[in-house]
Amino acid sequence: MKYTYYPGCSLHSAHKGYDYSCRTVLTKLGCELTELNDWNCCGATIYMSIKKITSLAIAARNLALAEKQGLDIVTPCSSCFTILNKAHKYLTNSQELLDSVNECLAEDGLEYNCTARVRHPLDVLVNDVGVEIIKLYLQKPLNDLKIANYYGCQIVRPDKEFDDRENPTSMENLFESVGAENVYFPCKLRCCGGMLMTTYKNAALNLSNEILERAEENNADCIATTCPLCQMNLEAYQNKMNKIYNTKHKMPILFFTQILGVALGLSEKELGIDKNFYSCEKLNNIYNSSITEKLV
Amino acid sequence: MKIENIYIPGKLIKKEADLRTAFLNSVHFIPEGDKIKTCLQCGTCTGSCPLAYLMDITPRELIALYRAGDIDSIIKSRTIWVCASCYACQTRCPASIKVTDIIYSLKRIAMNRKVYPKIPVHYLSDSFIKSIKAFGKLNEPRLMVYFFLKSGFWKAFSFLPLGFKMAIKGRLEIKADKIKDIKGLRKIINKAQKLDMPLQVAAQSYIKEAVGYKAVG
Repeated sequence: MKYTYYPGCSLHSAHKGYDYSCRTVLTKLGCELTELNDWNCCGATIYMSIKKITSLAIAARNLALAEKQGLDIVTPCSSCFTILNKAHKYLTNSQELLDSVNECLAEDGLEYNCTARVRHPLDVLVNDVGVEIIKLYLQKPLNDLKIANYYGCQIVRPDKEFDDRENPTSMENLFESVGAENVYFPCKLRCCGGMLMTTYKNAALNLSNEILERAEENNADCIATTCPLCQMNLEAYQNKMNKIYNTKHKMPILFFTQILGVALGLSEKELGIDKNFYSCEKLNNIYNSSITEKLV
Repeated sequence: MKIENIYIPGKLIKKEADLRTAFLNSVHFIPEGDKIKTCLQCGTCTGSCPLAYLMDITPRELIALYRAGDIDSIIKSRTIWVCASCYACQTRCPASIKVTDIIYSLKRIAMNRKVYPKIPVHYLSDSFIKSIKAFGKLNEPRLMVYFFLKSGFWKAFSFLPLGFKMAIKGRLEIKADKIKDIKGLRKIINKAQKLDMPLQVAAQSYIKEAVGYKAVG
């Protein structure tokens, strides 16, 4: 299985752990990732919400570049995933918009023909690779690890891409297959506040705090997330929340690929787990244990 | 909008007609955007919104106000700036109205008319655009520096401990990573900004048939 890999800006700066783990896990499971040559920022939600054609044009530059490769685009960042998908939908829907965007792209000698397909690594792992194959590669079962699966807003919404929009279960299936326990977690699609953390800070802290509290209530050992911004909001502001809301948060927030990587027997460095602020004790124990299941 | 400004019922004042044209133009480009006609004012959007308690005009009221011909109040409200784009309203709407996309349209209209919120939220998007035009990629530390220089320097201090923590973990990339074909990207952006500028009248026929007040001019 071959894919074009579009990491996105945040995976090259603040969230290298996600970048490393995504590449190693997918490569380990037999997927071949080629990074999109000379990609640019997708524009994210901010750009999309204020300049229409400009935002579509910069997203379409990536789509046009990727289209030449003729492979599915895999992007781990939730925001990139939504924006690229959305841009594709807008352009497919309106010939008028497509014409003006192609007019812009022509300045750089590019053209978009609406044939790109944007995927999320979770989609690839569950639907392309499949849990049965992942079980074959399992080296360290995640016994007794209680995970709260946090999907964030933008990978299942606004349009149904690969999972249910109200109660997605891809991550549950994935972790169940490697022996972990999924706790009841009602906040799996609750908004973490997103970019409001820099603008309306108290509102965002309030939202993130609720997510952490629900995870603690259900005795989760860690939260598995799919979005770089959610990871940042939930992890980096725990001290502040403890001060404001009198809580005792010390919840490790890991990317789902990092947790899966441990089960597949990958090293800490390959997964970038050392870059997280809080380490998960149970996961460390599993990591340090010897390989129990042989590679088939 | 003041009551005195409404002269004839059913006819809009010039400013409101302007806003309406811009808005309907924008809605026209949203896939299935015209579903806004089918709003039944059930309030599912407001009920689903995790931030509705902060809004002065809730998402349901927003659509009601648009129908009543008062887009002016919407673009002056806090609502469009508070939205965190979680898409809960859009997903749950029983009439499949693209509420979040509609809020984006209104935000765009507000920014084009230089109507900004009290808290300088819009500087964040300005800084974002600056970063993309300069490097083609987003550089988070620089985004924050631009933002704090514009929105109040003292705020930056509250983020310093976090920046320090990130640096220790090797997660703070101060050196901005520039894409190779930055010139090509700038050409694309410049061209696109020109296309973004004028009020497109391509959707004129659509506008005339659209919801509520038929008379736009």
